[in-house]
Amino acid sequence: MSNTASPRLDAEALTSKERGQWEMVGRRFFRHRAAVVSLVIFLLIVLFAYLGPFLWKWDYKIHSEIPSWAAPSLEHPFGTDKAGRDMLGAMMQATKQSLNVSLVVAIGSTVLGALYGAVAGFYRGWVDSVMMRFLDIMFVIPFLVITGAIAGAIDSSVRWYHMAFILAIFGWTSIARAVRAEVLSLREKEFIEAARSAGGSDWHIIVKHLIPNTMSVIIVSVTLQIAFAILSETTLSFLGLGIQSPDTSLGLLIEAAGASAFNEHWYLFYIPGLMIILIALTINFIGDGLRDAMDPRQTMVRR
Amino acid sequence: MVVFIIRRTLLMIPVLLGATILCFVLVDAVNDPVQDMVFEIQQSTGEPVPQSTVDALEASLYYDRSIPERYWLWLTGIGDTNGDIGLLKGEWGPSIEGSAMDIGYEISTRFWITLRLVLFATLASIGLAILSGVVSAVKQYSRTDYTLTFLGFLFLAMPVFWLGSLFKEGAVQLNKLLGSTIFQTYGSGSTGFQGNGWEVFLNSIPYLIVPTLVLMLGGYAAISRYQRASMLEVMNSDYVRLARAKGVRNRTVMRRHALRTALIPVATFAPLALSGAMGGAMVTESIFGWRGLGVYSLDAIRAGDTFVVMAYVLISGLVVLVGVLISDILYGVLDPRIRYE
Repeated sequence: MSNTASPRLDAEALTSKERGQWEMVGRRFFRHRAAVVSLVIFLLIVLFAYLGPFLWKWDYKIHSEIPSWAAPSLEHPFGTDKAGRDMLGAMMQATKQSLNVSLVVAIGSTVLGALYGAVAGFYRGWVDSVMMRFLDIMFVIPFLVITGAIAGAIDSSVRWYHMAFILAIFGWTSIARAVRAEVLSLREKEFIEAARSAGGSDWHIIVKHLIPNTMSVIIVSVTLQIAFAILSETTLSFLGLGIQSPDTSLGLLIEAAGASAFNEHWYLFYIPGLMIILIALTINFIGDGLRDAMDPRQTMVRR
Repeated sequence: MVVFIIRRTLLMIPVLLGATILCFVLVDAVNDPVQDMVFEIQQSTGEPVPQSTVDALEASLYYDRSIPERYWLWLTGIGDTNGDIGLLKGEWGPSIEGSAMDIGYEISTRFWITLRLVLFATLASIGLAILSGVVSAVKQYSRTDYTLTFLGFLFLAMPVFWLGSLFKEGAVQLNKLLGSTIFQTYGSGSTGFQGNGWEVFLNSIPYLIVPTLVLMLGGYAAISRYQRASMLEVMNSDYVRLARAKGVRNRTVMRRHALRTALIPVATFAPLALSGAMGGAMVTESIFGWRGLGVYSLDAIRAGDTFVVMAYVLISGLVVLVGVLISDILYGVLDPRIRYE
């Protein structure tokens, strides 16, 4: 992590104690109220999905002793569905699967996209042209069609890791563009020249010098990627091309709720929908807060 | 300008070729429709399927060839064919539904249904994005700005299929309440409606409103953020301050000096909105029971109908590329510094 903001740091060191870059980022982030609230909510959702199943008595499976279509009550806070499934248990499992997919997609596609973008930007010339033409091709391919076609072909045994793999393979292009744009200007900087004159190999420069310096772009795109992945995964599941029952996903729950938005089974429709919105919304706010916090032009004062 | 358009059109060809090759290989490699059909026949007759039937099925779908040969036939139709394949000859290839299902005919009837929806939704979402972005920027850090920003984030986080289901049921309730059918929530037009293009279009309007609204709200938020940012940047620039200092009226400064420049970055996102709306159309069409291209491709994906999927890939790729071309031309119109010689 280099000294990108050193003049300002020096200037502030005169009046206050010296702070590291990440400390500054952390302090700026925690001044962003919406982002902090979102972070808390998001962590609560993660706890709900991963710890909840150990604490709650019902799982996501159908049980004969559960009444069908019971309205929300103390016994079943989110109600039950037609088949006799406790919706709170189902929501925990569904949220867990959707989070599994989106976290793996975020990490996988970011690694792929960052490497691709850094290589293209570092070598420039014909390597860059060829790699960018390939990105053009990926842009033209309809995302839902290609991911749906591959996921649909796995038939009824689609697991969350299949979905994560498929979405990551096709979802990295936006990160590649962002990282490439950043690397194009970074590669002309003196510290890259210094690394090269010290005998650093291309791979060493890309992995040890270029990618760490694009970390702010990368971290922000990880958050956006989580939101993107959760929306794609639930859409595919809704269309019947994603995670299949007996396993469950937020998209599947909404698909199963059908046209119940305004009848007595409204809770089947709204609760999973609001969960998707809550996850995507909080993630977007966290990303927004991180972007502000990592912008070196930003001062400590939030305008 | 004409040279520019021709050059760009020619550059589309390798991109489309690459996209179709990649899709063809992937879709073809993971699907085996012949095996599915054989299994289905076996289920219905209860007897093992004779090898001759399997061979006939494979031959009719060209599954007795290798993948590269099949792609070549799909693209050119040059070689040993049954005369129903080859884009260059105007044939889209055989569907697994048999000869009763002509892909070319299906596409020609469904294309306008989908294009109508996608174009309206894209234009509406760009319009809403410009409006909300500009208002947000002009009233920066006011309550209006915060409300609009929050709404943008909210719609960005809302899955189109959920919003679509909600609006559909909402429209049904509203119809019940008013005892009328202002909003048609099923199908893309009255069944069996006949007439010329304009009459068909007028007939489809009640069916269009709700799906267009859904796609518009699903697509505008991202662009409106960029519109706000670019408007803010322009409003703080020196030439806008100069125009103000000269005593030009505020409205004129906004419209002529600021907005026109601030629209340039947004032109970049128009193709993105178009491809987003194409994807969203698949979802809304299946929710609202339209018989459009999106639903056609969804059914084909479920059935492993490679040539139908490929037809969709080609058409949606063309639509997106034409969108990119139009946005590049718009650059030249909006930004006098850009010249296409």
